[in-house]
Amino acid sequence: MSERYETLAARIEERFGEQMRRVPSSCGELTYELDKEDLHDIATALRNEADFGFEMLMDVCGVDYLGYGSDEWNTNDATDSGFSRGVEREPVILDESDEFDARRFAVVYHLLSLQHNQRLRLRVFTGVSNPPIMTSVVDIWNGANWFEREAFDLYGILFEGHPDLRRILTDYGFIGHPFRKDFPLIGNVEVRYDADQGRVIYQPVSIEPRTLVPRVIREDNRYSADLKDQVDG
Amino acid sequence: MAEIQSYTMNFGPQHPAAHGVLRLVLEIEGEVIQKADPHIGLLHRATEKLAESKPYSQSIGYMDRLDYVSMMCNEHAYVMAIEKLLGIEVPERAQYIRVMFDEITRILNHLMWLGAHGLDIGAMTMFLYCFREREDLMDCYEAVSGTRMHATYYRPGGVYRDLPDSMPKYQESRFRNEQELKRMNAAREGSVLDFIEAFTDRFPGCVDEYETLLTDNRIWKQRTVNIGVVTPDRAKQLGFSGPMLRGSGVEWDLRKKQPYDVYDRLDFDIPVGVNGDCYDRYLVRIEELRQSNRIIRQCVDWLRDNPGPVIADDHKITPPRRVEMKDDMESLIHHFKLFTEGYCVPEGEAYAAVEHPKGEFGIYMISDGANKPYRVKIRAPGFAHLSAMSEMVQGHMLADVVAVIGTQDIVFGEVDR
Repeated sequence: MSERYETLAARIEERFGEQMRRVPSSCGELTYELDKEDLHDIATALRNEADFGFEMLMDVCGVDYLGYGSDEWNTNDATDSGFSRGVEREPVILDESDEFDARRFAVVYHLLSLQHNQRLRLRVFTGVSNPPIMTSVVDIWNGANWFEREAFDLYGILFEGHPDLRRILTDYGFIGHPFRKDFPLIGNVEVRYDADQGRVIYQPVSIEPRTLVPRVIREDNRYSADLKDQVDG
Repeated sequence: MAEIQSYTMNFGPQHPAAHGVLRLVLEIEGEVIQKADPHIGLLHRATEKLAESKPYSQSIGYMDRLDYVSMMCNEHAYVMAIEKLLGIEVPERAQYIRVMFDEITRILNHLMWLGAHGLDIGAMTMFLYCFREREDLMDCYEAVSGTRMHATYYRPGGVYRDLPDSMPKYQESRFRNEQELKRMNAAREGSVLDFIEAFTDRFPGCVDEYETLLTDNRIWKQRTVNIGVVTPDRAKQLGFSGPMLRGSGVEWDLRKKQPYDVYDRLDFDIPVGVNGDCYDRYLVRIEELRQSNRIIRQCVDWLRDNPGPVIADDHKITPPRRVEMKDDMESLIHHFKLFTEGYCVPEGEAYAAVEHPKGEFGIYMISDGANKPYRVKIRAPGFAHLSAMSEMVQGHMLADVVAVIGTQDIVFGEVDR
């Protein structure tokens, strides 16, 4: 972590205190977590105050933390269906529950300060509400408009105060939010031209989901912190 | 018949000036645009979700297909994000090769833009001129990677292979005689570096040709000067980057400000516009062509004198050499593991951004320690630019919409992802 970022971190801690919680990062980047109630005030301060001067919002993206850190490789018995054999597929549940896990959906903001040549990442969890709700920052950075529409489209996160929250990337009349982790990769419906009806129709997908390479998590000691120190030292 | 005051017009998605599948819903009064509502997503392929379902190195090919006129720059951001998470070093020679191909890609992109933008607003000849030079650069792509467009040449830890000693040559056919064949292959007798060097000698003259056709052209100026003006404040507010930001007079280029690879060792200038209109952005991009040419030349000189490895020597991440695999069991195992399961990346998150020909192209990657990324977010410059479309065309005539689409350098592969 470079010195400049430490200075910025010190300034942030002095100005916002407990409101912004620093997340340990290995890649020389500065990440903070904050509550969504504080987001609008903190974002305004980060943009307008000379100490920070984050006049640009480079990116807004939704993240779905369902199944973070879980693998799918539990081989019990071999079958003839290839790599998919070890993968247990759970039926797709439509999100009808009243509440989500408080740390399921997050919105991540990437800020850039041209005057100080610094970047900052903010992560805000949406909390338990279904649908997930976040405060819009379009009035602070106008460029957030489409990025928030995208997060709404793909993750179903509603942005309070957004002037024009419509779907942006998916088809007109699309159902569901495709980037949620419980949305299947192959989708739910497919389109084809029906010669009898003389129009394009939707029908349930006719293909089987497949896993070509199962997801595995392996402990790699080369990356463990203790060993790294030994090598360096 | 009642007089119609304002009406709504549909532009695209199948329209030659829409640069792909852009559907614009325009509210027009007479011929003056009141509001533009771009509908995008007709080319949405869920690249990010696909990348989340594959081991890290199997998604490099998807990156080529994002912005399909600047393929290697997309790969660059992607492999940089992986390298950041893994914390591996890239050999110096590989860094120079990457920078050289980034700049070749920048020229490829700007030539495509210049040709198409010219064609859109009436300068038909430009298209032919630009594609003449693009052809040579495509051949460089082919020489190093085997394909003319979707190269998959950059790998985490370096590049796929060293620069080859020979260029692909034109073959004999009944359409060209021996003399013609000799002329066409004249620059291709030596190595790839010789070919690129010959190109850098020739290219400034080509840019002069383009400028003769456009820079002082009265019609060109009428179509671009004072069209789509963006003030520096608005450009920042709207998240612009690249030539769109520099055209408005903001001096910001990641190659200078946050240099990656070997850009800090190279000598080049950053052109900046004054008025923030289409004409200034045209001038900025033309100057970038010349500066890219300078960078390529410096890379060629360095690469000639400094042979060395082009990919990191860590076989947990990079494949071992074919020869080693034949008689070394460990190499064989490494190879098998790499191409079936891939490698696990330590838990963490990284944002890697490159100065892509269109602006800041960033990859935000979250890893939970698995062999597949947990989340990949592609920050496409064109997406932010297109979202400002309505503001840029307000109060302009219908024909200027085409000029603004052109000046934004929109490619739908990256906007829709």
